[in-house]
Amino acid sequence: MNTTVTTGTDEGVWDGGNRPLNASYGKMMMWFFIVSDALTFSGFLVSYGFSRFKFIETWPIADEVFTHVPFFHGNYPMIYVAFMTFILIMSSVTMVLAVDAGHKMKKNRVIWYMFATIIGGAIFVGSQAWEWATFIKGDFGALETKGGRILQFVDAETGERAALADFSKVLPEDRVKHESSEGVWFMQEGHQTSFSLNEVVAGFKATPNILIRTETINEEGEKTLLSRQESLVKLKDAVQVVEGANLIHNEYGSRLFADFFFFITGFHGFHVFSGVIINIIIFLNIILGTYERRGHYEMVEKVGLYWHFVDLVWVFVFTFFYLV
Amino acid sequence: MAHEHKLEIFRGLWKFKSNVQKIWGVLAFLSLVTAVEVVLGIYKPEIFTKNYFIGMKLLNWIFIILTLVKAYYIAWDFMHLRDEKSALRRSIVWTPIFLICYLVFILLFEADYIYTVFKEGYFAWNF
Repeated sequence: MNTTVTTGTDEGVWDGGNRPLNASYGKMMMWFFIVSDALTFSGFLVSYGFSRFKFIETWPIADEVFTHVPFFHGNYPMIYVAFMTFILIMSSVTMVLAVDAGHKMKKNRVIWYMFATIIGGAIFVGSQAWEWATFIKGDFGALETKGGRILQFVDAETGERAALADFSKVLPEDRVKHESSEGVWFMQEGHQTSFSLNEVVAGFKATPNILIRTETINEEGEKTLLSRQESLVKLKDAVQVVEGANLIHNEYGSRLFADFFFFITGFHGFHVFSGVIINIIIFLNIILGTYERRGHYEMVEKVGLYWHFVDLVWVFVFTFFYLV
Repeated sequence: MAHEHKLEIFRGLWKFKSNVQKIWGVLAFLSLVTAVEVVLGIYKPEIFTKNYFIGMKLLNWIFIILTLVKAYYIAWDFMHLRDEKSALRRSIVWTPIFLICYLVFILLFEADYIYTVFKEGYFAWNF
């Protein structure tokens, strides 16, 4: 099929009419873009694998990190991500249906399928925002040692994770957050944790049934639990309290895990977001009848390729961040 | 352009009457694979976590293979590579596969080497 602008072309084989790939210019360029973008994503995912293999013994266990589902309390690993995956696959399906309806020149059907695709994409981006917010906010809180390692807390009786608030003591410290209005104008401090290091340490010493869990993964594939004596020794290494995750500190374990999580899911989320925007533009064009007048719906097919690619990448992100 | 569709998947085992039916069939298959992955991910059967193949848990191999299966059906049926000319298909598919395999090979080997340096060299990083 022709490109958008139809110029006079010779159709003879030796006049450039030969089409070995039988694809229009636009479609081929979309494919080339997808190939290069796929290589970009592979670069990210493989460098994630690099860091993970480098710290294979101390890498966070995804099932312990992503355990929340909106509106439900409790520990449900995988469920929410599975839901997100399903939403994205579903919106991929409505996109193929739109392409199929476009081949048959059924304008109204294309409109409705595109609409469903946009909604699916929006739900996915929203879910990812929620996932990020939960990850940033954190779960139980932890201590960080001088070497940047994370010490987490476990209730010795139940074997469940213990939150800092469960055992920390409130000490009569009059530590307030330093604001720029209180002193020199260029000095201020950022986030302050809900308990100070002293409070956590004092609370730990006063509560005998709390143990420390290190990052090291033992032979059962679980994080190593220290005995009470070992825990008390280990506690001396702690230099600060960590709640939640950002690019510098990460209560779930290795900071690189948080960095790669933000970077790769962020880059993917940005692709989904731009995909939604492009879908909306095409959606408006369909409503205006642009493609009806042009005589073909190849633009829907091209954005469809991009949209499926986003789905394809998510399949890999899902595997390498949540499953493996 | 590819108006005619190849309407069978699994090498002809499952045939469809129309393209729309094929799309729903592929969706059913992809959902099934995802469901299997999620169930395995939640329950983690010991038989798959205790056994290793080339230094990786059997469970992880299963996940990666199922992912590639999903990727195949997304590319072949949703991105309708199945209906394209084989020349286009091969140039799009084999180029990244070659490059990615190469990248995975060199980076993971290097990472494993650095891991042994951290572990066996006199290197204090866990303090």
